[in-house]
Amino acid sequence: MRSTFTLNINDERRTVTAPPRMPMLWVLRDLLALTGTKYGCGIAQCGACTVHLDGKALRSCVLPVGDVGDGHITTIEAVGRTDNGEKVQRAWMEIEVAQCGYCQPGQIMAAVALLNERPAPADFEIDAAMSGNLCRCGTYPRIREAIKLAATGKTDAMRTLVIGPSADSEVKEP
Amino acid sequence: MLRRELLKTGAFCVAFSLASKNRQAFAKSATPADAGNAAFSPNAFIQVLPDGQVRLTIPNVEMGQGIYTSEAAILAEEMDLGLDQVIVDHAPASPERYTMPLQATQLTGGSTSIRGSWDVLRSAGATARLMLINAAASRWSVRPDSCEAKRGVITHIESGRSLDYAMLVDDAQRQSVPDVVPLKDHRRFTIIGKPWQRTDTRDKVLGATRFGIDAQPPGHKCAAVIINPVWHARPRLQNAPLPAGAHEIVALDDCLAVIADDFWTASEVARTLSVEWDYGRCTPFDTAQLRKAMNHAASNAEALTARHDASWSGRTPAESAEYEFPALAHAALEPMNATVACRKDELEIWIGTQAPGRVLDAAHRLTGFPKERIQVHNHYLGGGFGRRVETDQVEQAIRIAMKVDYPVKVIWSRATDIRRDLPRPPFLDRISAALDDDGFPIEWTDHITGCSIFTRFAPQFMREDGVDPDTVDGADNLPYSIPSVHVRWTPFDMPDERPIGWWRGVGPTHNLFRVECFLDELADHAGIDPYLYRARLLQHSPRLLKVLHLAAEKADWHRPLDQGFGRGIAVGKAYESYVCAVVEVDATSTSEIRLTRCVCAVDCGVVINPNTIVAQIEGGLIFGWTAALWGELTYAAGAVEQSNFHDYRLMRMNEVPSIAVHLVESDEHPSGVGELGTAIASPALANAVFNATGFRCRRLPLVPAIAEHVQSNSGGLKQRLDNLVSSFTRQGGEP
Ligand code: FES
Ligand code: FES
Repeated sequence: MRSTFTLNINDERRTVTAPPRMPMLWVLRDLLALTGTKYGCGIAQCGACTVHLDGKALRSCVLPVGDVGDGHITTIEAVGRTDNGEKVQRAWMEIEVAQCGYCQPGQIMAAVALLNERPAPADFEIDAAMSGNLCRCGTYPRIREAIKLAATGKTDAMRTLVIGPSADSEVKEP
Repeated sequence: MLRRELLKTGAFCVAFSLASKNRQAFAKSATPADAGNAAFSPNAFIQVLPDGQVRLTIPNVEMGQGIYTSEAAILAEEMDLGLDQVIVDHAPASPERYTMPLQATQLTGGSTSIRGSWDVLRSAGATARLMLINAAASRWSVRPDSCEAKRGVITHIESGRSLDYAMLVDDAQRQSVPDVVPLKDHRRFTIIGKPWQRTDTRDKVLGATRFGIDAQPPGHKCAAVIINPVWHARPRLQNAPLPAGAHEIVALDDCLAVIADDFWTASEVARTLSVEWDYGRCTPFDTAQLRKAMNHAASNAEALTARHDASWSGRTPAESAEYEFPALAHAALEPMNATVACRKDELEIWIGTQAPGRVLDAAHRLTGFPKERIQVHNHYLGGGFGRRVETDQVEQAIRIAMKVDYPVKVIWSRATDIRRDLPRPPFLDRISAALDDDGFPIEWTDHITGCSIFTRFAPQFMREDGVDPDTVDGADNLPYSIPSVHVRWTPFDMPDERPIGWWRGVGPTHNLFRVECFLDELADHAGIDPYLYRARLLQHSPRLLKVLHLAAEKADWHRPLDQGFGRGIAVGKAYESYVCAVVEVDATSTSEIRLTRCVCAVDCGVVINPNTIVAQIEGGLIFGWTAALWGELTYAAGAVEQSNFHDYRLMRMNEVPSIAVHLVESDEHPSGVGELGTAIASPALANAVFNATGFRCRRLPLVPAIAEHVQSNSGGLKQRLDNLVSSFTRQGGEP
């Protein structure tokens, strides 16, 4: 019942031997040690396991490895190499979205997929695209802000100061 | 050697205890064992390393609350360092050495970290700085007060000579520890009070952070656990052939563990395995029976007195109400898990825990290995919320690991995580008040019925009068000026005596809800605006009054709302902090209640990092609303009925209102913020729902209660009967 699959993950060819029904989540985590993609519910309820298949957000916990074919899988480990990925991750740091951080890989993957489709999403579009991603720590207000910041370069939210040699001697108010 | 060597040699080290104000500096050869005399056992260390780095080793756990960055900021401030020059290190599990001042063991919870470490950390940092300055001054033969320090460099102001802290490591060790150290004036703070980015943020965004569930020690295998949602059920062992894909099946007295190369395969095998259970010791109760049992206890069982003012005389109350709270799950997004390697005479544990000390104790108890042979690798936590102070899951993982000869990662499925949670216990609270002529309370009577957590978790914290301080927190310490107060608590046990646990917000989550909603009822009864009603009763609580006014002002309290919209307010003191929330709801749709806006004012003393404080308040509020709207564990035949996020609802992006948090400037001792939002969120919401609909919800969660109310008021039989009765009464008849 096991088969061998050659997958395209983060622009690398990876070969795995697994039952075709095995969800990509566990292929990534347990077979390929790409642990950035998270397990939260296993039934497409929380979005912690979100990855991209050809740029679109999908729940990897319900995506059988046998269905992936030669589609391009992108995970949190590599999404920063794309334009939107880099923008989103930078915005995420600038206004510090993450708390415990566990849901954040999934949130970021969903946000990047949204910007891939809608470069300047309206509030209701953000709500619609992100409502499948749960965050128990309640970082939603900042997720919303960070998406807008990534899209427009502007925000009213409190920006964080990055710790570094120059940062604290002469602090400029953000 | 299993344990990491704590102290690098060649460092100037200030050891201090978060339990007392003792400080002690010791020499470079010092080891933790001989670092102090018997009376002084340090549990935190500042080391100035020869390479110029300053390392702070502290016993707190980072859970996304930004504690490392805050503690680094406090130290950098007092030591005149740059924040980039401080490394914060998590102390390895060792309860003897890392006992927290406000907790009985090494543990992060109860919003105590900053409360416990502010004074001592500042004075330890100031001590280190002063000793370094004294060392430099004596080298130059100048007066210490003619020197200044900046970014770890000491300069003699007149001559311009300067020395790095790193160059003074040896000299500083020979200085005597000063008795008195001046602390920096708050007005001179340059690091504290700024919105620093947390040190863990970058990795979390890049997906590089390792949580407990990400541990993959070489040669490990994964286990899925089959455990019955009914407490005390035991699997009957059967000798079936090993299913394909499974590596091994381990049987314990309360569960089975299917072990495979990956977690999915283990789960698939576990799902198809049919297990017979022995229910002999179980109590198959359901929610209705649980509520009945609580009701019975509240009316009949003995109540302990938590507070009894001498002037309280038991007058006939003018208003009384009963408030009911369900059991709640933690539902941290990272399901409970632990990875354990049990070797011949040593144990290694990979876990994200709020209580490394408890994990170590449990491991020692189960294996009998000396604690030096047990290593706990603590990881980031995918949410704690009080769930990860418990050791039930890791104990199970240890017991499984003791039966196999490879490292095993035990992950609970989401269903097991919810069904085997140690939930926030249910409460049934009865409250009443006698009123003066203006409608303000002159006697206040409060009776709480519910489970005690301290009895199991840390009995030493039970009060001498037998009262669990947590069950009455927020009830027996009312901030309002009420002349006579009487508060009692009736202990209750779950029908099958299953353990219940800490949950974000702890005692105040139900006590603040009841107090703040009941106060709203009284204001309504008196025909007084609920904000002004509170203001009048808070004349002797200046800090609360300040947040009350601030929130009301920022929320534009008196601005009229459209029909079907409502605004509610709640104010409270918890974890030494002061908070007021104003919530607005849209109740125009019959099928849902939408939160539209929240304004929150917080006084948590000195603001160490506004960025993380605001984040904690936002997250705490959402956690509280989630519970208030939907949170409820229900029971059938002794088992929790919920199993995943489809039936244990969490708030989602599209349901979150705009939130504005205003921090009060303050010079007071910093206080807890992690749970503050949670405790104040639900009463403000329920009061807004009342304002919008006229429906006073006294049983949480709100959504089912409101649905029931709407149904009974939409022309149903009950309403028609009510109308009949009231028109009959109006006409002067006896109903
Ligand atoms: S783990 Fe895939 S959606 Fe929750
Ligand atoms: S940051 Fe903790 S679950 Fe989202």
